[in-house]
Amino acid sequence: MSILRAALLTLAATPALANDPVVLVQSTTSTQNSGLYAHILPVASEALGLDIRVVAVGTGQALGNAQRCDGDMLITHARAAEEAFVAAGYGTARHDLMYNDFVIVGPSDDPAGVAGADSATEALSRIAAAESPFASRGDDSGTHQKELNLWDGIADVAAASGGWYRETGSGMGATLNLAVGMGAYTLTDRATWLAFENRGDHVILNQGDPALFNQYGVIPVNPAHCPNVNAEGARAFTDWLLEDGQAVIAGFMLDGEQLFFPNAGD
Amino acid sequence: MPDPTPRVIPFQPPRPADPPALRIEGLCLSRSGAALLNGVEMTLSPGGVTALLGPNGAGKSLLLRVIAGLIAPDAGRVIVPRAMQGRIGLVLQRPVLLRRSVAANLRHALALARVPRRHRAPRVGELLALGNLEALADRPARRLSGGEQQRLAIIRALAANPLLLMLDEPTAHLDPQATHAIEALVARVTEGGTKVILVTHDTGQVQRLADEVAFLHQGRCHEIAGKSAFLTHPESAAARAYLTGKLLL
Amino acid sequence: MPTLSDSFLTALGLIVSGDADLIEIVALSLRVSLTAVLLAALIGLPLGAVLAVVRFPGRGLLIVVVNALMGLPPVVVGLVVYLTFSASGPLGVLEFLYTPAAMIVAQTVLVTPIIAALARSTLADLLGEYDETLRVLGANRFDVVATLLWDGRFSLATALLAGLGRALAEVGAVMLVGGNIDHVTRVMTTAIALETSRGALPLALGLGIVLLLITLVLNAVVLGVRNRMEAHAHA
Repeated sequence: MSILRAALLTLAATPALANDPVVLVQSTTSTQNSGLYAHILPVASEALGLDIRVVAVGTGQALGNAQRCDGDMLITHARAAEEAFVAAGYGTARHDLMYNDFVIVGPSDDPAGVAGADSATEALSRIAAAESPFASRGDDSGTHQKELNLWDGIADVAAASGGWYRETGSGMGATLNLAVGMGAYTLTDRATWLAFENRGDHVILNQGDPALFNQYGVIPVNPAHCPNVNAEGARAFTDWLLEDGQAVIAGFMLDGEQLFFPNAGD
Repeated sequence: MPDPTPRVIPFQPPRPADPPALRIEGLCLSRSGAALLNGVEMTLSPGGVTALLGPNGAGKSLLLRVIAGLIAPDAGRVIVPRAMQGRIGLVLQRPVLLRRSVAANLRHALALARVPRRHRAPRVGELLALGNLEALADRPARRLSGGEQQRLAIIRALAANPLLLMLDEPTAHLDPQATHAIEALVARVTEGGTKVILVTHDTGQVQRLADEVAFLHQGRCHEIAGKSAFLTHPESAAARAYLTGKLLL
Repeated sequence: MPTLSDSFLTALGLIVSGDADLIEIVALSLRVSLTAVLLAALIGLPLGAVLAVVRFPGRGLLIVVVNALMGLPPVVVGLVVYLTFSASGPLGVLEFLYTPAAMIVAQTVLVTPIIAALARSTLADLLGEYDETLRVLGANRFDVVATLLWDGRFSLATALLAGLGRALAEVGAVMLVGGNIDHVTRVMTTAIALETSRGALPLALGLGIVLLLITLVLNAVVLGVRNRMEAHAHA
């Protein structure tokens, strides 16, 4: 086995940037798809002497992977699930990292009249009343959890699933592609939407409701639960994100727009 | 095609002058209810060429396969002299040559015959000389003419130094020159002391090559005799009819 | 919607520019998939040959299973390999997860049944032709397997290409076990998936066209070499 391992590792040897210690981040997709990591990782790696690697999956999958010890830290956006993760002893602590907001996007002709709604819940009520198609992530991601919270008390989306309510079971990008393709409404984080290039005639129809606040958190995985993790590296990168990194995050712009708003100190 | 010059055959090991004859007793074989071999009895003379003569469907090719051990008979047995055991060569009617060069086909056969690696190259040379195929050593075997392929198949069968070599209609579909080259090769094989069994339809070939003739018909050996005795005074009615050109129905 | 001509222009631009990131991704794709096909050949060719030649109890069942495994969904293979190499899995100590090594293992698992099944079918046909001749020449089963593998080498090249095609094209397994980490485990297919999820469809399709061209060139080279050698080796 050890010979096989050595042979495979040689064959598969990665041209390591340097021989810096590796920190593996299990992350939500919006931070990767928007280009945030491409912006901040070179700065952080340089400052910390770390080889920081990001596996971008939905928040639900990221938490599951980290619970199986397949990552040193988490960057996700589903506060309740994150706090449960820490409470169960899988993470050392949860820190607020940054925020942006969710927006409701849909076809510009807006068949359900969402644009005139003065709150997110009102917007969703109109979609449900009109039974206009709505694309849901359906993948236990942070966005999906937020969306289910919003629907609570408005409509029984589980019952409507397969009708006007359509669960894609995929990432934000795939869900946006599908929503554009079928003229459906959907809930997306602003960063993914701004970086998304296949918008068709979809536009932001509802935004600004405090209920659409989207908080990102960072959690180092608990070495007491996962002895294999690089706890030192994870703490260093977490500390950097919460301190020096805040300004770097604020400096990430797309088409002149800031996508993430650091709030670690709040 | 130049007449191949006769050569000594240096690779034949010394052997008893008169190996005991091959005996076949009560050989029976049926397939889907049809008796293909129906109690074949024969004793072949030691040495020389025994021609197996008979109409199509007489069971000649099948008999060769049973003798070679490719097919187990339902009943009866083939008694092979101890010295001959494991040293039986067979060249099928449509020999299958490997998708390799002529020399590589011979090297492969030598490897299967467990000839030590260091002895293989000289043996390949000897075999090529025997088959008069030296000039074609590096040619793809399947690109050879029909006669050349047949000669290659024969020298390949000789790689294991057989004491019995069986040939199933080696000159079917060949022109006279190619036939002559094969017959010359067979003659040299017997000179080396190897017993040859030759399936043929061609009474001319029997005249030229055979020492004795076994006549098969309907899965049975009707007669086995010396060549001239058989050709001039066949004893069985079936052989008489066959030799006078009648269709045996 | 992006037009195909946009994508072709994007693909052309990518190729002409010799973009360093693209070269890195292409190189990793080739390294992972070629290594996986090599390993799969080392396992699958002898396995296929044995299934073609040797009669043993359960052989029929094993052939059915190997043939069925050709249809393994990559994401299932990825999931099994992920759970195997997960830090909490049985082989977590190897630390293969999220490295090219895990991707190679996953693609090897994916490709081995294809090579084994195609090899078995090819060699079974060849055995029908060679069987009597080899037995008369005194071949044992090992000799038969070795002879068939060598004489079937040109047909088997096609089986290897089929395996390589599958390895280069799959995304489900390498995404799960590699993690699509930039500069570490990002290959052509996971890059395409990422660009698709960013809605950058012309770039995604452009990468797809590059992948197609690479596959095309690989096939042309292998088949060209094969045909030259085959013409030289036999009719």
